[in-house]
Amino acid sequence: MMFDRTITAIIVSIIAFIVVYALTPILIKKLERRNLVVKDYNRVGGAMVARPGGPSILAGILSSELVLYAFSPSTGVLAIILTTSLAFLVGLADDRKVLGGWFKPVALAATAIPIIMLGAYDYHLAFPLFGTVKIPALYLALIIFMIPITGNTINSIDVLNGVASGFMTIASFALTISLFIIHNYDVAIASLPLGFVSLAFYKYHKFPSRIFPGDSGAVMLGAMYGTIAIVGHVEVIAAVALLPAVINSFLFLSSVKRIIEHRQLKANPVTHTEDFKLMATTEKDAPVTLVRLILAHGPMTEKEVGHAIFKLALFSGALAIITAIMMDIKL
Amino acid sequence: MNGIQIFVFIGIMWVLIIVGGGILISIIAPISIHSFDRYGDIFDSGIKALIAIFLVIAWIFIISKIKNWIFQKQIKH
Repeated sequence: MMFDRTITAIIVSIIAFIVVYALTPILIKKLERRNLVVKDYNRVGGAMVARPGGPSILAGILSSELVLYAFSPSTGVLAIILTTSLAFLVGLADDRKVLGGWFKPVALAATAIPIIMLGAYDYHLAFPLFGTVKIPALYLALIIFMIPITGNTINSIDVLNGVASGFMTIASFALTISLFIIHNYDVAIASLPLGFVSLAFYKYHKFPSRIFPGDSGAVMLGAMYGTIAIVGHVEVIAAVALLPAVINSFLFLSSVKRIIEHRQLKANPVTHTEDFKLMATTEKDAPVTLVRLILAHGPMTEKEVGHAIFKLALFSGALAIITAIMMDIKL
Repeated sequence: MNGIQIFVFIGIMWVLIIVGGGILISIIAPISIHSFDRYGDIFDSGIKALIAIFLVIAWIFIISKIKNWIFQKQIKH
């Protein structure tokens, strides 16, 4: 049984990585040919970068998860496939057309329906040291809230080259390790493609980016992460691994005090120095964000800011793994 | 080290998540209200849900205060 699982894990990981690694350069060329490019304002001269990378990420997720479903059919994997695909469509709609600030949270809430319809959840919420609590009605609300929160949280951290995909790689591998620690092997294997598609996409998304994930990519990665957290009964662990991105959303919302898109902001939280380093703006109306806090100590290059965020992701990933270990300890 | 406050803030959030879970499981979950025979269970769940929502609001309020305290220099800047 363990040998079969290991083989399955290796196969789905390879498929996820190779599909994204091979398809993304083709997608870049197609997007550039169709002039589906956006300006990278943080680059000297403002290079035009292909967007969105969501289709190649979706191809990697679907091919690997469908192979996994063929090996071992489960409602959990099916819920991951359906919710992730629906989240991709929501993100793609936002990539194509500028939609209102409320569109994504509401539409993403609807993408959680397959999880509920398939019954791919357990309404016992597990906390470290203290055990579980049964919340049948409240848990349904938690499912509906969780997918928009994780989807938008990852989307909101997609502000610099490579950050969303790099952050997702670290957080999802921390979640996979945690799932193995709590002996939830089937969902751990189902979570592997998320880490590997993020890692493969990071190759093209890292500074200097050749492609941006767009809403279809970033929202989909976040929604898949949220679905794995629900299906794998690791909601608290998943929240801990995501803390730097949660802080970013929290700082943003507590400073602007309403749900809006970044493009609707009156003042930018970050500006440039003469040598094109990133610098925190002094504008009063600009929101407080994670990047702005990192830059409060002085100007940094885009690459340095990205690495600072990855250090925070590694720290919260370590805390998530410690939380998973603490799940077996009862006070 | 630059930005150490953000690591501290993440650490505090982590502790608050665990403590919040502890309060939910050890104090709120065992509460049982049987004053209404017919709607007892619904009333019981409703009260617990309200307390849980209140706890979440209190958690956000505490986090917001800690954020202002830790990052006051940066936010003022």
